[in-house]
Amino acid sequence: MASIEGEFSGVTAATPTGLSEPPLVRWSLIGLTLAYLGVFLVVPLLAVFVKALEKGVTVYWAAISDPVALAAIQLTLLTAAIAVPLNVLFGVMASWAVAKFEFPGKQLLITLIDLPFSVSPVISGMIFVLLCGRQGVFGPWLAGHEIKIVFALPGIVLATIFVTFPYVARELIPLMQAQGTDEEEAALTLGANGWQTFWRVTLPSVKWGLLYGVILCNARAMGEFGAVSVVSGHIRGKTNTIPLHVEILYNEYQFTAAFAVASLLCLLALVTLIAKHAIERKMG
Amino acid sequence: MTMSRKRRVLPGFGITMGFTLLYLSLIVLMPISTILLKTATLSWSEFWGTVTAARTLAAYRLSLETAWIAASVNVISGLLVAWVLVRYRFPGKRIIDGLVDLPFALPTAVAGIALTSLYASSGWIGSYVEAFGLKIAYTPSGIVIALIFIGLPFVVRMVEPVLQDFDAAVEEAAASLGASRWQTFIRVMMPELLPALLTGFALAFARGLGEYGSVIFIAGNMPLRTEITPLLIMMKLEQFDYAGATAIALVFLSLSFTLLLGINILQWRRSATALAAKGTSSWRLSKANSQA
Repeated sequence: MASIEGEFSGVTAATPTGLSEPPLVRWSLIGLTLAYLGVFLVVPLLAVFVKALEKGVTVYWAAISDPVALAAIQLTLLTAAIAVPLNVLFGVMASWAVAKFEFPGKQLLITLIDLPFSVSPVISGMIFVLLCGRQGVFGPWLAGHEIKIVFALPGIVLATIFVTFPYVARELIPLMQAQGTDEEEAALTLGANGWQTFWRVTLPSVKWGLLYGVILCNARAMGEFGAVSVVSGHIRGKTNTIPLHVEILYNEYQFTAAFAVASLLCLLALVTLIAKHAIERKMG
Repeated sequence: MTMSRKRRVLPGFGITMGFTLLYLSLIVLMPISTILLKTATLSWSEFWGTVTAARTLAAYRLSLETAWIAASVNVISGLLVAWVLVRYRFPGKRIIDGLVDLPFALPTAVAGIALTSLYASSGWIGSYVEAFGLKIAYTPSGIVIALIFIGLPFVVRMVEPVLQDFDAAVEEAAASLGASRWQTFIRVMMPELLPALLTGFALAFARGLGEYGSVIFIAGNMPLRTEITPLLIMMKLEQFDYAGATAIALVFLSLSFTLLLGINILQWRRSATALAAKGTSSWRLSKANSQA
């Protein structure tokens, strides 16, 4: 036994070199990674800000404070302000039903909730044109009641809700499943009603996961391009969101203005990443 | 017994389930079903004619090829990035790790114009490559570049947890049995990493197939040459050829759903093997403890 142990300790003493790469290999791998991520992530990000500020702060400011740009910002904020709370409501409801109860077909329901992630953005917009457009399923009825959905705010909101549909639910479902039902049962036994139980027991323990989902959902809602592009109709100052406004400016060769407005979306992305990182550290 | 009692204790199943199904039906299921409804208005020969037209086939082929190449590049670079981020320490590592998710957070249109301006012949990168006689923007290579950017986080984020949980004892064992570092990597670690690499590949591939915003700026959008499938669908919609757009979309969507199914099967198998692996490693640990 002693001889075997001796042999083992001899091997472990030798393993550090066997368990890590030589410094030269290590540092070249690190260098390669940094160069790759630099070219693919950092340079494009820098390019947006450099090109936005190329002609000075005044031109930058003029592009952002242009009335059409302001209208686009307003529309994007309004769209997110409708779409995100609705998907939060859905996410909380769905995760309560899925995580706290047993029922047949649960796996199928989870797969269906994830479905919008695997639909191309253009197809995500198209289905609402097929549903509510002039030639669509509800087209004649909507026209008869003078309700405009496609090429108007409701269409943009619907397409945005569709593409951001899974974000909150898919964060909350695994968290609530892991949490189990014991604490809720204890609260109920102690005389709390269902609402109090949810508000004081369930919600505090999933609040970071919820916030995480909200942040990702919001970033996608404000940045969605393909789906919104199909249903918007590109009416300047009326149905243009920030990403659509960027596209129009770019296609009109107003590059500096396009990058100036795009830099706002870059800031949104950076804030999203920082918030996401902070929450990940809180959740451990 | 306890299960059925639990079910009765917690309130709110009826209302939350009812709302979930209603919302899911209204927002997701009903709109998606219109694709089948609309395609059904076409005769079989019209449908077949649309989806096998030269322009459609070229778009399908381009989308599949570019997404495939980009996802393959991401498998290799993703493994490298994940390895370096998990195994090594270096200054700025935490910022780099956070930055990997940038393609998820950055709106696709912004990525599109930024990459186009970089890879165009007057751009920071494009002007250098042009010196070697290469053109990236407005060619299929440009599409691949955009899709590499969009798919970058998938493989990294799939591989990272597997590398983190990798049992050091297994590597030690391989080293003690005389395997070189490279042999250990190829023979011992790769089999464990393979499912995560495959899942990451499938996710990046699926995302690349449907991607629109980041691609259309850099692609050049020439029919038969640099026109991806989502753009072709967009073109048909703008010409009010809804049935044609839907037919193309139906074929494309079937492909995506098949991929989704494949990814789900991979994930289930992975969680099953992860459980099994946990079993063996704790067994190994207890054995090591008893030896000590």
